[in-house]
Amino acid sequence: MDVQALSGMRVLDLTHFIAGPACTKRLADYGADVIKVERPGAGDGARALGPFYHDDPHPEKSGLFLYLNTNKKGITLNLKTSLGKEILLELVKKSDVVVESFRPGVMERLGLAYEDLLKVNPKLVMTSISNFGQTGPYRDYGMTELIAFGMGGPMFHKGEPDREPVKYGGTPSIFHAGAVATMATTVAYYGMKRHGNGEYIDVAIVDTQIGTMDGRVSALVQYQYSGKSGTRGTAIGVGPAGAGSGMFPCADGYVHFYGGTRVERQIKMMGDPPELRDPKFIDPEAQADPLVREEYEAYFLSWLMQHNKKEIFDMGQKTGNVCAPMYTVDEVLADPQIKLRNLFAEVDHPMTGKVKYPGRPFVMEESPWAVSRPAPLLGQHNSEVYSELGYRKEDLVALRQSNII
Amino acid sequence: MLGMTVILAGPYAEMFLADYGAEVIRVESIQHFAPGTRGQYVWPPKGASGYPKDDPGKRPWNRHGTFNSMARNKIGMTVDVTRPEGMEVFKQLVRVSDVFISNYVPSVLDRLGITYEMLKKEKPDIIWAKISGYGDTGPYRNYRAQANGIGALSGHASFRGYRDTDPSELPGDSAADPAEGIAAVFAIVSALNYRDRTGKGQQIDMALFENFVTYCPQPFMDYSMNGRVAGTLGNRDPAAVPSGNFRCLGKDNWVSISVFNDEQWEGFCQVVGEEWVRDPRFKDPLSRRKHEDELEMLVESWTKGHDHYEVMHLLQKVGIPAGPVLTDAEVFQDPHLMARGLFVEVSHKEAGTHLYPGALARMKNAPLSVRHAPVRLGEDNEYIYKEVLGIGEDEYQKLVETGHIGMDYAPGVR
Repeated sequence: MDVQALSGMRVLDLTHFIAGPACTKRLADYGADVIKVERPGAGDGARALGPFYHDDPHPEKSGLFLYLNTNKKGITLNLKTSLGKEILLELVKKSDVVVESFRPGVMERLGLAYEDLLKVNPKLVMTSISNFGQTGPYRDYGMTELIAFGMGGPMFHKGEPDREPVKYGGTPSIFHAGAVATMATTVAYYGMKRHGNGEYIDVAIVDTQIGTMDGRVSALVQYQYSGKSGTRGTAIGVGPAGAGSGMFPCADGYVHFYGGTRVERQIKMMGDPPELRDPKFIDPEAQADPLVREEYEAYFLSWLMQHNKKEIFDMGQKTGNVCAPMYTVDEVLADPQIKLRNLFAEVDHPMTGKVKYPGRPFVMEESPWAVSRPAPLLGQHNSEVYSELGYRKEDLVALRQSNII
Repeated sequence: MLGMTVILAGPYAEMFLADYGAEVIRVESIQHFAPGTRGQYVWPPKGASGYPKDDPGKRPWNRHGTFNSMARNKIGMTVDVTRPEGMEVFKQLVRVSDVFISNYVPSVLDRLGITYEMLKKEKPDIIWAKISGYGDTGPYRNYRAQANGIGALSGHASFRGYRDTDPSELPGDSAADPAEGIAAVFAIVSALNYRDRTGKGQQIDMALFENFVTYCPQPFMDYSMNGRVAGTLGNRDPAAVPSGNFRCLGKDNWVSISVFNDEQWEGFCQVVGEEWVRDPRFKDPLSRRKHEDELEMLVESWTKGHDHYEVMHLLQKVGIPAGPVLTDAEVFQDPHLMARGLFVEVSHKEAGTHLYPGALARMKNAPLSVRHAPVRLGEDNEYIYKEVLGIGEDEYQKLVETGHIGMDYAPGVR
């Protein structure tokens, strides 16, 4: 790839697990030169997280690790040794950006705080990603998707009123934190290039949820405006006119409709049936009557049960409805839009062969996303990176034997 | 930067760009109201939610919480681009801008004549972040999208929700929208970086659907590698047991707890101190997984007698990740969140003074500053028309008289 959007951006990546690597993955995938530093021996803790290729829990076969670390060069380095620290500082000198996700206080204890790194690189952009931030009473607390979504995000509003709130599937809150860190890091890097000043960015996973995750920000501001704190169980997406909004069963699965204020479009989708000719069905005042809504939904539900989700999707969209089929993951990969747009990218890795990964988050027409290399094997680029610093093969053997790499 | 955006993803991206110092101009129209942006209605019915003290006020479109939560630091103007003289104003704006961001359905932009070729003619190195539901190509190009639907089509709906209920009972899912806003800022600044090095602008084709798929890779990797089609795990975690939300003291208070290994389990046993923790059924991760149902009931029998914050502190002290599930009100009382100064007070001429979320990522050298309250409709018409575009007083008045420039929606607009 000749010139990508972030070609020339040199990133030293000290992150591990999910949020940090998710941040640096986006940078790497759009062209940044990312050197991923792992500790010798076990490497990034994500190597022990599933799903695994063919369920083989091998450190080079974690699907999560493979996905998160595309395009990065991998080295090992023991930051607790004095030579390890020295080597790191040499790498910092040759970098524009450092991203780390250790527990707050670790970098300071290692003598690698922002102030220390500035001494070798005065224009450095440094991003620290942590659970609760670098300061505050919960600074040393652990984090999970549940906690991110529950303390920071709107989990309290998700689910049924008389039982536990329920999280999203997978770890989207943690990925979101990574994406926020990508955004801030790129902005700071761009600012550094334009104005010559470095930056230190403190990204707390919990903060990233407060501002963004789901409708949290508007719920918080609406609470400020009205003093009302929402609860669970209020119907989703039910607009003022009511009916026909939510996830509905159909002949071969489920379809989501965002009803809002446009019931007449649903009626059009269903072919303007005589049963729904009465103007009461599209009058917002009349729709507020639960009996009218029941009557409408009865027809609507039975019509849906006579059609497939893809059919409903196309017929609904053509009549101006905001609807979508509920897909399982295999159906996503088989969908014509997804196939045409090549959303999934095939990545070849020595331990797994070719596997389809979720691909680019967006399409840059001039400076595309690309996977030029798969996730690194542990220490794969040690000789390449260290030889550039002047270390010879024999040095690397010695460094390995003293557990510095 | 010019923004012609609606609802959430677009306005959200605009706010971050403005927060980071860009001059972001919202291009709106007093002739057209897009429901879901500045409220659901121009003149909301009685009791409509989202307004300070539930009162829509004289100009409801300037008082809606959702809009205002993502409108600070921007400036705003009005013009009707569906008429030739309005489109000419828009083109003049493009000529002096670096970036254009939109999130209308592509067919709407087609009808307005807004294409990349047209934009390039006015500004050869323009960067256009074109946000849509499904992308600028393909059979779904002009399909309307909303975040819940994105959640459904992306597969997310199929692997979330309670383990024992139907998808028709699924709670709402609008994660895709703010995710897109964040991605758009990254995309735009990356494109600016590319432009600075090469002189070339570009169009960025941004599909809500595509970005959101990258937030849920685990099920897709499992399918790609192992052919498994994921279902929901509820609040459970493949790497931790017990893991979930447990009821605490009070009417509707919950705590999230996840125990990942034997070390944490030992800490858990010591904190809880009840006989059942030493039951051989719970002695190791495999066994705990086998008896997960009973284990969850027993954990809750303990948490039910404690305050949710208390549980967090007790368990975090022994290295177990735990945290209260916070209500909107509790967020503003949490000692950590408030100590971090996560909220910023902003005074708005028509909506009053309130706390809004501040910076998502704290920058040391260039911290967030709120220079402009959440932008009102047409608030900066004078500045933008007269100073940015250099339009004279006579022409300005003509545009006022012909319904381009104003701060109120034209009569009859709903």
